[in-house]
Amino acid sequence: MAATALRSLLSQAYARAERRLPALTRLKAPEPLPIALHRRRIYIVPTRFGLGFGAILATMLLGALNYTNNAALLLTCLLAAAAFNSMLLAFRALDGLSLRTVRPGHAFAGEALPVDLGFAAGGRARAGLRIDAAGAAPCFAIEANAETDVRIELPTDTRGPLPLPRLRVSTTWPFGLFRAWSWLSPDTRALVYPRPEAHGPAAPGADSDGERVQGGAAGDALAGLREYRAGDPLKLVAWKASARHAGLLVKEFERPRDRDERRLDWHAIRGLSHEARIARLTRWVIEAHAANARWTLVLPAETLGPDAGVGHYHRCLAALALLP
Amino acid sequence: MTPRPADARLSTSIDAQRPLDRRAFDLLCLGVAAVLALHLPRLPPRLGLVLAAVLAVRWAQRRWRGGRVSLLLKLPLVAALPLAILAAYGSPFGRAPGAALAVGMLVLKLLESERARDAASAVAFGSFVAMSALLFGQSLPMTVLVALALLPLLAALQALQPAAAVPPFARAFARPALLLALSLPLALVAFLFVPRLSSPLWGAPGAEQARTGISPRMAPGDFVDLLTDDRPALRVAFDGAPPPPGQRYFRGLVMWHFDGRAWAATSTAPSSQPEALHPQAPLYSYEVTLEPTGRHWLFALDTPLAAPADALMSAARELARSRPIDAVLHYRVTSAPRRALAPALDDAERRRGLQLPPGFDPRARALAATWRQRHGDDARAIAGAALSLFHDGGFSYNLAAPPLGRDSVDDFLFGTREGFCEHYASAFVFLMRAAGIPARVVAGYQGGYWNALGGYLLVRQSDAHAWAEVWLPGQGWTRYDPTAAVRPERVTLGAAAAAAGQGAWYQADWLQAARNRWDIVNRLWDRAVIGFDSLRQRGLLTPFGVERADWGALAAALAAMSALVLALSLLLVLARRERRDPLAAAQARLERRLARAGVARRPSEGPLHYFRRATRALPQHRDELHALGDAYLALRYACAAPAPEPLRNYLIQVRRFRPRRMVQ
Repeated sequence: MAATALRSLLSQAYARAERRLPALTRLKAPEPLPIALHRRRIYIVPTRFGLGFGAILATMLLGALNYTNNAALLLTCLLAAAAFNSMLLAFRALDGLSLRTVRPGHAFAGEALPVDLGFAAGGRARAGLRIDAAGAAPCFAIEANAETDVRIELPTDTRGPLPLPRLRVSTTWPFGLFRAWSWLSPDTRALVYPRPEAHGPAAPGADSDGERVQGGAAGDALAGLREYRAGDPLKLVAWKASARHAGLLVKEFERPRDRDERRLDWHAIRGLSHEARIARLTRWVIEAHAANARWTLVLPAETLGPDAGVGHYHRCLAALALLP
Repeated sequence: MTPRPADARLSTSIDAQRPLDRRAFDLLCLGVAAVLALHLPRLPPRLGLVLAAVLAVRWAQRRWRGGRVSLLLKLPLVAALPLAILAAYGSPFGRAPGAALAVGMLVLKLLESERARDAASAVAFGSFVAMSALLFGQSLPMTVLVALALLPLLAALQALQPAAAVPPFARAFARPALLLALSLPLALVAFLFVPRLSSPLWGAPGAEQARTGISPRMAPGDFVDLLTDDRPALRVAFDGAPPPPGQRYFRGLVMWHFDGRAWAATSTAPSSQPEALHPQAPLYSYEVTLEPTGRHWLFALDTPLAAPADALMSAARELARSRPIDAVLHYRVTSAPRRALAPALDDAERRRGLQLPPGFDPRARALAATWRQRHGDDARAIAGAALSLFHDGGFSYNLAAPPLGRDSVDDFLFGTREGFCEHYASAFVFLMRAAGIPARVVAGYQGGYWNALGGYLLVRQSDAHAWAEVWLPGQGWTRYDPTAAVRPERVTLGAAAAAAGQGAWYQADWLQAARNRWDIVNRLWDRAVIGFDSLRQRGLLTPFGVERADWGALAAALAAMSALVLALSLLLVLARRERRDPLAAAQARLERRLARAGVARRPSEGPLHYFRRATRALPQHRDELHALGDAYLALRYACAAPAPEPLRNYLIQVRRFRPRRMVQ
């Protein structure tokens, strides 16, 4: 009986703490957007410069007291009061600011992932704001009742979903004496695409000789002539043109794009590790998209396409990123 | 995934290393120039000129050419600064050389200010140097100027902050000015309650300050500097009407000893037995506010009855304190202008009153001897003869008196015949003594400007005066003012009138009049701010039942008052002045009432479903809830902004709606 009462008391206390002191509990956990900053989640400490300025103020105070110089004492008090009130201004610069949107961009593992944070100013203009994320500190300012996007870049390492790190929005406005800050941990996740492999064979059906032979046979438009290279099929040698030339010339054909149909098959890749397969497929997808081709991505659990275009490209990369 | 503390440090250092942008540098230069200007009047002219030139060149260099200043240029300048100060002041120690060094260092700091961090430290140091200007004078205009110099410094600090757009130059001062203005209440609370030191922690304050005012030695021509000095010497507030102009003699020092050239006050040692004083009506009680003099003695209307608190009285009824007066001093005295002073003279005093150096001024002695022969023992007659000599002997009042030779009194009486109060007082006393009548010189102030608005008498340094006291049998020491015999205006109208036409252009009459009226502000400043010492601070809490508050009580009061002011400002800051949507407010109210009636809105519930559920739960309010729900949905969702008339109707409906709990 007593134990349950105690437990309920504890849980009540915890709920209360959660409500009253989000710093201790909630701010570590991701929270849904929009995140509005308010007094319970804004922290202020003096900066190093603020401490130094305080020391100078103390010296002035002591001097004024020692020399019974009331004018200096009055102005020292004024300056100290202004310094103190600048703390309130620092607080006001953050109070009421809200993070409305988080729009992660796209990045392959190892690249920097751009994330656009949409802030709304609320009723007053704010200046000297800064987002600290991963070593970079973009600064921004917002007019009253306006919104602005701030781009941060997150380092990425591995493919897959990337929870946004805790972001620190801070300001030393107006005099750099105090730093006010607040933690933002939006529950948004970004998706990091797999790192494509650097080298490797081309995708089946992409720019291979066989395809070109077929394409040639299908009566594609002649694109031009080029020097013979070892391995070119004799069928493509332009004999008549070669006769007027020092070496052999080979016919090249322009393929209509829609005819380029690639099949990027998970099961067709053998002898590679799981991640290496993903890396190869990623490269193939990138190449296919760059070549403006149509492709089908066959994964162990699903098949995407055949399709082409940006949407398909991102769908495929996302599927690759989310592979187990 | 959480950023490590290292990230935070990194970002701070990025900030501090940010190069200084043009606006911030301009403001910083302006701030340093303002601080330099505050100190300029006291700096050695050449040093001031060089520092101003360095500042200007550096500003132009960074603005148009950019780039760092070469070390080859910086180092010699940094090395030359202490040398220049040593050459100018002779010693590196003390207030003036220290301030000059600080100003120089501040200007040189600009040479290496390339980053935000440099600028920030320059601002902090600059505000310190600006404050130090107040060590040399804490008048109201000076204080205001220092406060104004803080503005560009704070604006520079603000310009260091990253901002989207650089505001117009004038706008850069708006926020610092506003912030300073809003900080005044807190500053005043701190000023009132910061416990004052009862004794200084180090140094003798003001020991080396340039002294003005009456000195204990009076040689011919010494007063000239004083008589052209317009600074206030003392202010006197009388309890009743002020004495008539002819009686406004403020005694300071009695000078007994003449060495042939100068009169000197013998030590003003306190005496257990001041000269006897028989006062006659009227008596005047008043409060004197004395500007710091760095000397020991006080001034009081001739002749004080008793010494004020903390002061002592000498045999000749001079007032003095044991410590030099380094801060504005207030004291109360009662005086009797009509009195008999020392009706009986003892031999020692008579000897001192007759002292003359041998071998000086034979012609004056001869003249005195003829008066002695003619009038015998009649001191009044002899004094009258001397006064009529001054009046009819072709003497004139002239601040630009020619210099006098070895026999100064002879030179004056029979040669130049031009001079001002000290010449006349000196010659008069010499003649009296030579005629065998005890006499002495009194130095002090005479006259003053009656400020009717403030109800006080303003006495300036230029009102410094010297007169004579002659001992008359039966009447004691009696005041004779030989200057009045030459120029009666000196006594009735004041020094300015007496010196009419001899002053500089800035002593023009109308200007003087304006300054005299303006003095009331200075007086208020002096009383309210400068004169707010530990004694008055201790009396601050008397209305609250704390007699003579000690350090702890003051600290507690400071904490309490600061907390009060802080609470007020926090209220202002935390108040969210977002205008709430009246419709949403009304809806919240409605929901609260419904919740009390047992129908609380679930988080997942939209208004439509909520109203439906409420109607089902409270069938007796069905019609009302239908109307309310329809009105709300129409107002909220039918158009972008609710129309005013239906909105008002809805608000009234909500106010009138009192749901009753269902009885189960």
